[in-house]
Formats: sequence, structure tokens, C-alpha cells
Amino acid sequence: MTATVPRPSPARQPLTALRDRALRLAELVTTPLLPADYLDMVNPLRAGTDLRGRVEAVHPETRDAATLVIRPGADWRPHVPGQWIRVGVDVDGVRQWRAYSLTSDRTRTDGCISITVKAMPGGKVSNQLVHRTAPGTLVHLDQAAGEFVLPTPAPAKALFVTAGSGITPVMGILRNHPELSDVVLVHSAPTADDVVFGAELRDLAAAGRIRLVEQHTDTAGQLDPAALAALVPDLTERAAWACGPVGMLEALEEYWTSAGLADRLVTERFRPTVVVAGEGGTVSFSRTGTTLEADGATPILDAAEEAGVLMPSGCRMGICFGCVLPLREGAVRDLRNGEVTTAAPGDGVLIQTCVSAAAGACDIDH
Amino acid sequence: MTVLQKKSDNPIAHLTAGDVELLGKQLDEIRQEVIDTRGEADAAYIRKVIDVHRKIELGSRAVLLASGFPPAWILGTVGLSVAKILENMEIGHNILHGQWDWMRDPKIHSTTWEWDMASPAEQWKHSHNELHHTYTNVIGKDNDLGYGIMRVDEDQPWQPFHLGQPLWSFINACFFEYGIAAYDLELGAVIAKKQTGDPEFRARGKAVLRKIGKQVLKDYVVHPLLSGPNAAATLTANFTANVVRNLWSNSVILCGHFPEGVETFEKRSIDGETRGEWYLRQMLGSANISGSKAMHLMTGNLSHQIEHHLFPDLPSNRYAEIAPKIRALFDTYGLNYHAAPLPQQVASAWHKIFRLSLPNGWLEQTTVRNLPRQLVKLYKMTTGGPKVRRALQRQAAAA
Repeated sequence: MTATVPRPSPARQPLTALRDRALRLAELVTTPLLPADYLDMVNPLRAGTDLRGRVEAVHPETRDAATLVIRPGADWRPHVPGQWIRVGVDVDGVRQWRAYSLTSDRTRTDGCISITVKAMPGGKVSNQLVHRTAPGTLVHLDQAAGEFVLPTPAPAKALFVTAGSGITPVMGILRNHPELSDVVLVHSAPTADDVVFGAELRDLAAAGRIRLVEQHTDTAGQLDPAALAALVPDLTERAAWACGPVGMLEALEEYWTSAGLADRLVTERFRPTVVVAGEGGTVSFSRTGTTLEADGATPILDAAEEAGVLMPSGCRMGICFGCVLPLREGAVRDLRNGEVTTAAPGDGVLIQTCVSAAAGACDIDH
Repeated sequence: MTVLQKKSDNPIAHLTAGDVELLGKQLDEIRQEVIDTRGEADAAYIRKVIDVHRKIELGSRAVLLASGFPPAWILGTVGLSVAKILENMEIGHNILHGQWDWMRDPKIHSTTWEWDMASPAEQWKHSHNELHHTYTNVIGKDNDLGYGIMRVDEDQPWQPFHLGQPLWSFINACFFEYGIAAYDLELGAVIAKKQTGDPEFRARGKAVLRKIGKQVLKDYVVHPLLSGPNAAATLTANFTANVVRNLWSNSVILCGHFPEGVETFEKRSIDGETRGEWYLRQMLGSANISGSKAMHLMTGNLSHQIEHHLFPDLPSNRYAEIAPKIRALFDTYGLNYHAAPLPQQVASAWHKIFRLSLPNGWLEQTTVRNLPRQLVKLYKMTTGGPKVRRALQRQAAAA
């Protein structure tokens, strides 16, 4: 690999200073490679290298969902239940990154974490993780992130409204917050067999830890937010969290807002809400020298990756700002709301490439 | 070789514009087939080669710690030479072409890779990928035609310093990586134009010196010191490995475009060139090395120079697979697929270097009887100005 990778800034402690000196000496030995390139051959999970994880086990949950138990690298920082991590997986030889909620019990003694993935129809990464990942596979990781977490202290009364794989962050919360004593969970899935963690949730309900309301949409249809009040009579007294498809979240947000309870509802989206497509245009990357034609519906991030440009990326849904790059000149449209951002040379406008599509010619400083 | 456009037996005279356009489409299809099937096996291939290279390099460096023991010196030097060749050819050259960018692995990417070579990756990518691969074999545009120190085409004007080109070429081959670094810097042209004060040139020059500094420190100071009492032996081993790698990569590169029979092109001929015409120029301007799988690996698959020049960004492990299809296209269109074993191609390239060290036609017109006269003429051409040279050259051409 390369000498262009940023190195950690010099530390003040004498021990780390000594280690840094040793590292610089080792670099003289290994140049143009880095000592890390050799050390990673021996131990890819060691401290001080890119964060990776090794899949230890894959447990099927339903016919199209599985939990992956992952041993994270030494630099892993404990997460807050409800948070997600980005996982980088090579699918057909191409590195793809997706975000998944952590579902593990933090008191696990083996140091492993788990994510639970539902295979989406046509989903490259989700299908590979659920159906074609063997124990021993190395995956790339980022530290946990996300605001879909409980406050301290935890609320006395909680309501979770979830659908499909939206149960995953909530399962992470339930497993790690046994002190939550008054919980209502309203979960939607096509059938009883499609409920991810179905058995565990029903056990929790039987033990009296939660009140579980299952909405089997194949027979009962989609959950109507207006019907929630009947299902959960004390809804207004409860702090609420919702995770699921965009349509459901929007309906819930509308309902909570009209009830004057907007600040009592926290939602988590797995995908950006795309409402607007622009006209597209020629996107040029001034430093890498790549030029490509992007249509108005494709995020610049996706179009650039397709063209082989190595792009910074993050959540891919417009929330983490890991993909931000300066737009030197041109116009982009925010795919979530249609808002157009323009830049003239010298403006140095920063754009989120994962939710911005070209709205005319764009010159990006990358 | 004379530029194709001036030849009496122009090898593409039988092709119509429609033929060339169709040829371009057929080549595009071959390219797309490879792109559509690029995947896990290809990714596994390059990772394997990188892994093997690192193990050979580590192993050889470890063996060389005992380089005072002659068998260890030999084993370590052979291993290190092989490692350096793999690193430059199959790994470095091809990654820097962007052949593996599609994997989106930041550790194996043309924008992050640095190689075991005097020329920094960034500068080499410009002179090689952008200039040489775009203007392949166009006289006056593609500086790879002789690297500015050799005359490798009849249409490059003869100058007195070309008399020494067999010697320069050999020295260049031994220290090829430094030659490439100077070439990527356009050092000759910058000095000739007295532009050494240009801040952009100075910045690039500094980058080259920094890179060379690190390389020299590693091979000639740090590793020898690590060998303790065997320091001198390790230094000679590392020097030998570098020279072996330089001679090898120089030979492979000479084979790519310099063997007799490879076509060159006039500057004017590429004005408004179509995609099909560009392909055709790459087909006629490159030569392959035939040989075993090991030969292909050690040349970084530049043994498939024709396939590489048609599709410089396709993964190198796929060139062997498409070669029969490319060859069939050459046959269909009545073109000469230039392929021969390594010794033959190297000999052909060196033959050209010797032949063109003399003015056009001089050797052919020299007999035992007219030798004194011919020598006088050569002396005049060497000592006289450009006008004298041109006049005598015209005279020779008319004879």
C-alpha cells in the first residue's frame, strides 16, 4: 500500500512517542509499503490498523434473515444499543458498504458483536451476508454511530413501532436494557414466521417484560397509525421510537405531529427518502481526472464508484457526512427534497455526494 | 521503420473506413465481455499475487541477513530479483493503470498505490498512462519512442550523439528506473529549454529526489545495516537485484514497441482519429512476447502488449484469455499480429538500436571499396551542422 495514508498525529506520552519512532524506522525498512501492510498479513484484527471483523457464526433467523456474529478488531469501541455500524463486504470482488443495526447483548463475554440482516430482493450485500457468508470471512467495519438510542435515565414507559428489519435496533435496545419494565412493541411483518426474533419476542412477552402486538400484514394489512391509539391507549404517555419503511415512518411522524407530540417520537431510516430527480449532467473530478455522465436520479457517490473513483462514503442516506466533498463549480440537487445547490469557483461549497445528483455540469474537488 | 503513412506497402491500405469502424465495435464487445464477467476470481488473483510477492520479498530479505554465506547471497538475490520484478510488472504497473480500481479496495487502487521504483507513481501515471497510451507510436508525440535518448525510427532525424546509442541504451537498461524517473520529469527537455527554475518542475523534482532517497536508504543503508557483519554482501545483493529487475523490465519494454516491423505513425495522422482508428494504431504499434504462463506473469502480462494497448485498464490476468479472439480479428482484417519469443524480440529491438545509431541508409550503402569515402561522409555528418547533415542525408537517399 501507500505512503499517502494519513498517520496518527504524534502523541505526547513517552511510550507512544517511542512506538511512533519505532514505526518510522520500520517504514524505512518496508518502503514503499507500510509496516502495517505486512502486519495485516499476520493479524488483520490487531490494534492500530483499519477496523475489520471476522465472522464467527451465521445464525438463520427467518427464511430471509440471519444474525452474523462478528469478532471486531482490537480498536472496536463499545456501542450504544440501538446504534448501527457500516459493514464493508466484497461482493463479486467489489467492496460494498452498507449500514446495519447492532443486535448483540453488550454483556457477551466473548467480545463479539452481532448484526442482523434481512435479505432484500435483489440486494447485493444483504443476500451475500444472509445466504453466502461462511464463518471465517473478514469484513470491514466502522465504529458504531446513530442517534436511535435511549436517553439516560431510560423512560418509564416506552413504545416501539417497527416493521420488517426495523426490529433490529429495537432488539439491540431490549436485550441491553432489562430495566425497561413498561414496553409496548408494535411490529409489522407479512406472517408470524417472518417476524425476525419472533420466538425471543414472544418469550419476552410471555415473561411479562414487554407487551407485543404483531401485525401480520399478509392478512391484516398495513398498520394504520390512527388505529395505534386503540392498540396502545396510553400512547401519549409513552416515549416512542419507530423504525421501518419510509412510508410507515412518514405516516407515524404525521400522526405524532398532528397530535402535538412530535418531540416524543424518534425515527430511524435505513434509506434516504428520494422524492426528486433532476436533469443530470457531466461530473468531473478535478484531482483524479475522471469525468463521467450522471443521470439526475443517481447519487454522485454511486455514479463515481461505478466509474472506479475511490470515494469517501458513510451511511449512504445523508446523515453521517462521511461522503462530503467540495463542489468547486456547478449544480447538484438534493435527492431528498429537490433543493438545488450551486457553486462558483472559490465558493468551496460542501456537498453530500450520497444524496446529491448532478443538476447540470459539476466539478468536484476530489 | 518508416511511418506507416509514407510506406509504399501500407499495411492498412486494404481497409475501408467502414471496416475500421466495425473493427472498433468488435473490440468494444470483447472489452465489454471482460467487464461483465470481472469478479471474485479476478480479485482473488491480484490479492494472491500481492501476497506471494510480499512473502518472497520478506523471505529473501531474511535470507540476505546471512548474505556473507555465499549460498544465502545467491538465494536471497534471486528471490529479491523475482520479488522486485513481480512488484514492478504484474502488480505496480497494472494497479497504476487502474486495472483493479473496480474492486473499490483503497489498498489496491491506482490513486493510493506507490511502487518500488525511483519514479513516484503520480508522475509515472501522467507520462505513461496519459501520454504514451494515448499517443502510442506517433512520431513527435509519443516520447516513449526512444525515450528522448534513442533513435528507434527512420523518421526520427539522425544526430551525432546517436552514434553512441548502443552504449547509452545499455547504461539506461542497467539503471532503467532512474532513466524512467528522469524521463517522467522530462529532465532533458527542461534543461534544454533552460526551465529548471520553474517552480512546478522544482516541486516535481523534489518529489523524485524524496522518492529516490527513500529507495536508496532502504536498499543501500537500512537493510545492509540490519545484516550487521554482512552489510557489504547485502548491499551488493540489493544492487544486483535492482540491476536484474532494471534489465528485465527494460527488455520487456523494448519488446513492446521497438522490434522491427512494429508500425509508427505521423503526427498529422491522428487528427480527428476515430475510436476504431485509435484501436487500429494500438494493434499495429505493439508487439507480443510468446511464452509460458510464467513468462506472462513475470512480464506483468506485457507479453500481451497488443491486448494491453487495446485495453490498458482491463485486469492483466484476462489478457491471455482474450488473446485468441484478438488474434482472430487480426486475421479477419488481414493484419500482422506481431508475436515472437523473448530472445527474438529483444534481439530485434537491439538490432534496431544499433542500425539506427547510424544515419539512414549508411550501412546499406557501405561496401569494402567505398568504406573510406563512407567514413569521411559519416565524419562530415558528425562534425558538420544540421545543414550539412540534411544535405548529405538527401544525397544518400537519392543514391
